Amino acid sequence: MMDQQNLKDSPHASPAAPPRKLKVATVSLAGCFGCHMSFLDIDERLLPLLELVEFDRSPLTDIKHCGPCDIGLIEGGVCNAENVHVLREFRANCKVLIALGACAVNGGLPAQRNHLELADILQQVYRTGHGLAEGSAIPDDPELPLPLNQVHPVHEVVKIDYFLPGCPPSGDAIWAFLTQLIEGKEPALGHGLLHYD
Amino acid sequence: MNDSFLLDGEDIPFTPGQTVMQAATAAGKYIPHLCWHPDFAAHGSCKLCTVKIGGRFATACTVRASAGQEVENRTEELDAKRRTLLQLLFVEGNHFCPSCEKSGDCALQATAYEMGMLTPHFDHFYPDRPVDASHPDVLLEFNRCIMCELCVRASRDVDGKNVFALAGRGTKSHLIVNSESGQLADTDFAATDRAAEVCPVGVILKKRVGFAVPIGRRTYDLKPISAAGTEGEREDAADKTALREKEAG
Ligand code: SF4
Ligand code: SF4
Repeated sequence: MMDQQNLKDSPHASPAAPPRKLKVATVSLAGCFGCHMSFLDIDERLLPLLELVEFDRSPLTDIKHCGPCDIGLIEGGVCNAENVHVLREFRANCKVLIALGACAVNGGLPAQRNHLELADILQQVYRTGHGLAEGSAIPDDPELPLPLNQVHPVHEVVKIDYFLPGCPPSGDAIWAFLTQLIEGKEPALGHGLLHYD
Repeated sequence: MNDSFLLDGEDIPFTPGQTVMQAATAAGKYIPHLCWHPDFAAHGSCKLCTVKIGGRFATACTVRASAGQEVENRTEELDAKRRTLLQLLFVEGNHFCPSCEKSGDCALQATAYEMGMLTPHFDHFYPDRPVDASHPDVLLEFNRCIMCELCVRASRDVDGKNVFALAGRGTKSHLIVNSESGQLADTDFAATDRAAEVCPVGVILKKRVGFAVPIGRRTYDLKPISAAGTEGEREDAADKTALREKEAG
């Protein structure tokens, strides 16, 4: 009988290769990371999930650019030029793009600035607002991405395949959604999992 | 012989003069709706209750029941149209549910859950509609108004005050307050008015009670709208929940 080492080294005798893990990328655009925190709230189910997926670009891995992926999870809406850029990179690389959480789905709370003038907001926040010292200025470092006039839901910028609302969606909702999707089913959220708040 | 019609294949009895909506509601069946309320005359504006009768579209709140009618209600075709109507309502206003006091008690939100609406889909209008906080006891958050006119009907027909009206046309339609200044404080509106209770969304809000019942324990957190009974029953249940929460401290 062949010993373990031989079995492992022989290209013909190796046991059936496990199915390829799905590649998942995640990002937070104009979001508060609440959806990522909620994602971690799937708790010990992360272990079975890691049997099925591996993470590409994500705050969890600290990889900065995503390669070809099966699933992209987008948290947050689009509030500045960099968000547009990152979102387009995700769309170009991910087979399935999911808008995760209220901000990605409808702009969320950041979009509450949308009926105000951007210039007025910047003035108010950095120069004239309550408690600001004389001489306070609007930051203009060239590294800072330019803000857009309005905050947009991600579907207004690229095509989105699935939407998972909630502020944030619960860990249970994220788990149900992802496992259904990975099993090749059309994800459906029943009563109690579908929330906009 | 009792009069009856078929609603999604089920026999629904009715008394002559009843609308399809009234008969269905009396039989404990849910036909989605926002501008209809059992205590008020039908308005027929939101179109959520559109059903198919003998293959033709009709609003269940305005069409009378008649013997032998075959009414389609919760079909995928009709629910998909309802989803689209809801999406339009969501993008025409500013519905930021996470910061809304009415979340969990809101009929618009609960109906959207029931229809499986995952996204507003269309481009948002993000209209500019300033809040009216002038009244000592009641706040008006116009950003969430869906122009169902329930407050208009309640104020006119029950309170006898005519505090509210719709003004403007098309996308410029909006709710106005009937006072010289346009402010609620300058009307005889009171927090005890029927119109203060009736708003299905978070526009007419009593001050200082917003989170008495925490999100997660509210009307439609406990039951989907299709199972939560009529408006009256839901209001009673909400009152009881508030009382329970108060007793529990
Ligand atoms: S009124 Fe209803 S739909 Fe609008 S923000 Fe509030 S909870 Fe959401
Ligand atoms: S304020 Fe409320 S009740 Fe009145 S029209 Fe608007 S949504 Fe309807």
